Amino acid sequence: MWDYTGKVMDHFRNPRNVGVIANPDGVGEVGSLACGDALKLMFKLDQDGRIAEAKFQTFGCASAIASSSALTEIVKGMTLEQAAKVTNQDIAEYLGGLPEQKMHCSVMGREALEAAIENYRSGSTEKIILGGKVICNCFGVTEEEIERVVRENGLSTIEQVTNYTKAGGGCGKCKPDIARILEKVVLERLEAERKTGAKTATRKMSVMEKIRLIEQTIEREIRPLLKKDGGDIELIDVEGNRVKVALRGMCAGCNVAHFTLKDVVEVKLREFVSSDLTVEEVRE
Amino acid sequence: MKTVYLDNNATSSVAPEVIEVMLPYFRDQWGNPSSMHIFGGQVKKPLDRAREQVAALIHADPSEIIFTSCGTESDNAAIRGGVEAAGPKFNVVTTRVEHPAVLGPCRYLGERGRRLHEIGVDSSGQLDLVQLGEALREGPALVSIMWANNETGVIFPIDEIARMVKAAGGVFHTDAVQAAGKLPIDVRKIPVDMLSISGHKLHAPKGIGVLFVRRGTRLQPFMLGGHQEDNRRAGTENVPYIVGLGRAAEMAREAMATEMTQVATLRNRLEAGLLATCPDTCVNGDRVNRLPNTANISFEYIEGESILYMMSDVGIAASSGSACTSGSLEPSHVLRAMGVPFTAVHGSVRFSLSRYTTRDEIDYTLDRLPPIISRLRSISPFVKK
Repeated sequence: MWDYTGKVMDHFRNPRNVGVIANPDGVGEVGSLACGDALKLMFKLDQDGRIAEAKFQTFGCASAIASSSALTEIVKGMTLEQAAKVTNQDIAEYLGGLPEQKMHCSVMGREALEAAIENYRSGSTEKIILGGKVICNCFGVTEEEIERVVRENGLSTIEQVTNYTKAGGGCGKCKPDIARILEKVVLERLEAERKTGAKTATRKMSVMEKIRLIEQTIEREIRPLLKKDGGDIELIDVEGNRVKVALRGMCAGCNVAHFTLKDVVEVKLREFVSSDLTVEEVRE
Repeated sequence: MKTVYLDNNATSSVAPEVIEVMLPYFRDQWGNPSSMHIFGGQVKKPLDRAREQVAALIHADPSEIIFTSCGTESDNAAIRGGVEAAGPKFNVVTTRVEHPAVLGPCRYLGERGRRLHEIGVDSSGQLDLVQLGEALREGPALVSIMWANNETGVIFPIDEIARMVKAAGGVFHTDAVQAAGKLPIDVRKIPVDMLSISGHKLHAPKGIGVLFVRRGTRLQPFMLGGHQEDNRRAGTENVPYIVGLGRAAEMAREAMATEMTQVATLRNRLEAGLLATCPDTCVNGDRVNRLPNTANISFEYIEGESILYMMSDVGIAASSGSACTSGSLEPSHVLRAMGVPFTAVHGSVRFSLSRYTTRDEIDYTLDRLPPIISRLRSISPFVKK
């Protein structure tokens, strides 16, 4: 069984605001039967433009029902400007947290809310589909959506993106695309940190310490992964935060080597050594 | 709270008689059967007896029984060890609806250069024998095809399949983890080369399995480093569990008639009752060639995890093929291979009974489940009022 909080189970067992509103001001529908969860959210505004009533219908697991119920409780009494700022983390926090693999339920709540507000503003009764190019065909997740969830939740691995958006959880063909989006957002994040001069909380390491840690991480975390595919890696040099490596065996000259370098080597080094490392390939 | 356990294909309760026969081998007779002293000597006979009891369940010779640590080990040992012994020319043939314990090793071999065929099934979950015939014509193969499916209970025509494989010069392994103890199995009549059994599916504890290897079958041992099990599976014998499994196999043999009559009757009562009281509900899989204890039912427009949690709240335990319960985002590969629509896959629930299931428990389920289904449907956006 999942490790659901008491609050999740309460909202699952006794969901608040289930049903439909006769003449809603906004309706948002996201998900589908094929995907395994779907949410239809409706709201009605009072004279002051605040959400007087919010109702939902959900097809999904316990945490999907609980997230929908929580969402309606959160937005009641809000203006649309306030509601537009509600994030998936707000929904998860309201429930005392969700298991990592179930975070996509909170994202579905935020998406439905966004779709309902958009429906109110544009007056369109069409089912709202959030924009951008579809990256994950299995679950119909767009580039825009992935980028936004990565940004709002500070994600850094493909697995996290799958847990939060389902993207990559089907056939897995879109994983290189997800890696590309992650790389872009993570670089932006690092850039922003540099500009504001924000320091990471980690203690400053000596050069020797850093090199040792990089070597250990390569040995323990990275090399076994590459060896599975007949490849190998060698640490060539470390200049500041630039880690120079050479790919060996099957990895050398492999046409997804760039993906390996960024998604495996860099992600692992950032996770285990320091979040401001960048990895470069040295070709001889 | 009253509890009703209808998830026996996942694991089954350990029979009290089984626990009873195991206890002395923890307390007093804890010797190593290989030892040349009284401690070893006193556990040798019980081990032989257990081997006879298990052999009797499938009409094998005791020398053809290898004890393993679980059904998954048996499957891995048979497939990987069978392919290795058979030589580099052998292909691998399996089905799209196998348990992961079979699909895993087969795909592993496929990734390492073996030609791999995964045979499909029709909408009732029955195997495409034409496709199997074509795969067998492509050269000698190790074929691993389950006796009965764990999710739907569908029974494959294993006799016909085994004969096809043998006629084509192949090696045939069957994962009989769900069939053993629920269906009569006679390896004297059906030409299987290897057959896997798992203890905890037939009221023995977890951590004990069996691989039947027909005399003369070539097998490269999977576990190396000891002479045990006639040099076919190294490692000190798990004496108490082996003794327990022996007793469980004996009890299963004695209760075989009960499976076919009492258990099937209760399963049919549950199935008919649910179909009658819950609209938009259907049974997945061949209803004729099916294990007597299994019913896989789809409740359309609602999701399996929600159903399971609400059932659990009233003490009823079952399982589901929905994505949320599979540990991944993909729903049941078995139901998808059968072409069951997504609307039905996500709301599928597997009920699996045992000879300990009572009529009272089935009636309790028939009383409690329909309100749960209609409650979840009242929340679903897909149900048209």
